[in-house]
Amino acid sequence: MIEGIFIGLSTALSLTNILMVMVGCFAGTIIGMLPGLGPMTAIALMIPITYGFDPSTGLILMAGVYYGAVFGGSTSSILLNAPGIPGTVATAFDGYPMAQQGKAGKALAIAAYSSFAGGTISAIFLLVAAPSLSKVSLAFRSPDYFALMILGLTAISAFSSKGQFLKAMMMVVLGLMLATVGQDSLSDITRFTFNNMNLTDGISFVLIVMATFAMSEALTIIFRGKDPNRAAKQISLTELGSIKVNKEETIKMAKTIPRSSILGFLIGVLPGAGATIASFLAYGMERNYVNEEEKQKFGKGSVHGLSAPETANNAACSGSFVPLLTLGIPGSGTTAVMLGALLGFGIQPGPRLYQTNPEIFWSVIMSMYIGMVVLLILNLPLIPYIARILAVPRNYLIPLILFFSVTGIYLMSFNNFDIFLMIGIAVVATFLRLYDFPMPPLILAFVLGGLMEETLRRSLLISDGSPNFLWDRPITLIILIITVVIVFWQIFSTFRKKT
Amino acid sequence: MRISPTKFISLLFLVLSVFYLYTAYNIQVFAFDENAPFNARTFPIYLGWAGIILSSLKIILPEKVAIEVNHKHLDYKSIIYLIIISLIYAAVILKIGYFISTSLFLFASYYFLGERRWGLMFILSFPFVAAFMYLLHGLLNIYLRDPFLKYIGVMG
Repeated sequence: MIEGIFIGLSTALSLTNILMVMVGCFAGTIIGMLPGLGPMTAIALMIPITYGFDPSTGLILMAGVYYGAVFGGSTSSILLNAPGIPGTVATAFDGYPMAQQGKAGKALAIAAYSSFAGGTISAIFLLVAAPSLSKVSLAFRSPDYFALMILGLTAISAFSSKGQFLKAMMMVVLGLMLATVGQDSLSDITRFTFNNMNLTDGISFVLIVMATFAMSEALTIIFRGKDPNRAAKQISLTELGSIKVNKEETIKMAKTIPRSSILGFLIGVLPGAGATIASFLAYGMERNYVNEEEKQKFGKGSVHGLSAPETANNAACSGSFVPLLTLGIPGSGTTAVMLGALLGFGIQPGPRLYQTNPEIFWSVIMSMYIGMVVLLILNLPLIPYIARILAVPRNYLIPLILFFSVTGIYLMSFNNFDIFLMIGIAVVATFLRLYDFPMPPLILAFVLGGLMEETLRRSLLISDGSPNFLWDRPITLIILIITVVIVFWQIFSTFRKKT
Repeated sequence: MRISPTKFISLLFLVLSVFYLYTAYNIQVFAFDENAPFNARTFPIYLGWAGIILSSLKIILPEKVAIEVNHKHLDYKSIIYLIIISLIYAAVILKIGYFISTSLFLFASYYFLGERRWGLMFILSFPFVAAFMYLLHGLLNIYLRDPFLKYIGVMG
């Protein structure tokens, strides 16, 4: 292994490759901040450029773009409450309130440090445990995935509902209902389209996230413009704050980062689970670990609440390389694009990659780490400038958020039906937010809807329609027991508060 | 009898769930799939029932904390203007192209939100959109459909 690390380092640390990482991180950050353009698009945009380089250099450029785009996505989540990718939705829960309190610089710095730490720890895991973890990921079957998704949705409902569990669960069901619009993945039968051709492909994630987060946030700011409490909050938006993280906050991060890294990495290893589930579960887990006083700060700008999903999503990014490099199975959409790029270079990832192309295997792992170092060095000094977005007066910021939302949708579909649909969903979401119906459970449910139906389909087909699959396998049973415990804990805590 | 807004929203959700369930039962599946353990109807049917059960519980169970919203503090006028401008923007974007429609949308939004610094409003609409389009179309090579700019020969 040591020899491999040296091979990787010697490749990754050449002048050309360091330059590529820097260019990749910078370009990735810019692209990641743009609406609707996540890491997947960023990497896809780089593929034609990388074919001019040798495979290692091309992959190093893509690794830089990948991490840059994830950080860029976090930036727009924190500053504008507009997560461009599902993996950074949980970042907005506490990052955006922190920015609203005039601590935008600090929120971005915490995100940068947490991402770096999460990436570093998981890169070490990747080095040590990649081959053996691939076997663990193969042990997960459809019923286990289905149970894992039920757990993820229950956990996010419990933790983001502020004591209103039923409302959060209703949002989960609404998110899953929206995910069923369009063609059924197996039979191609159209469902809930009402003969509208524009709905045949379903509703896009970017549309839902832009409508429920960015656009409805902008509308809410205008809607509550006369509220004296809200107006006071808006004044603090012009304060950027320091990027320095104090001792108390560092201690909080130091507690959160190790456990979120481990969770993020392990979830990332599971094919299909990825950064989204990892960040939501890490957020929920963190809320369970902290004391009562800290628990109350969740959703209002908690350091733990920001650090946990940021650490976990980066750790999951590294984790998702395990099935890609060791099994040739992409664990996420982004790694699927990278798989395409690898095949373009004539490299077949899989169990034999380690033997046939060790320089590729190790240089990808090492370049991921170097990418994170470069990202930290590049982006920390830029934070005060990036955070100035918040100093833009409300009269300009709101139209610009609407403009970015509409552009994101227009770029994807070039039809105005999607824009009308986005405006409609945003108006409904604005009213739902007014009465404390949480949006994060809806988003997660929408993201997981397709996969959840697919795993339920496989599970039911294998068990011939019997519900036995829920308790036949120990992993499924354990996950479902944890889910039931969370539900009963919510009911118990509701009754306890009443009495 | 006064119904709280939360219960009213739950009631609407109940109606939506009933409609969803009715539509789910009417999804056309292949004849050989009709009695399969899982077909295109199965998951939506589960969801429809889940929606009915959850919304019914929310309506039946007493509310722990009633959420009060002071409607006097809500700026209905500005939000209605903004939604109307957005709808007009969505309606014309394909016909007159991205550049003009987006620039006009931004300019009108600044105006309706109370901005009157004409110079700044202009810079943050027309030149801003042009620069953004250059970034996407010129530098990142992302196609942006704009019949007007194509007509005057600015875009290929």
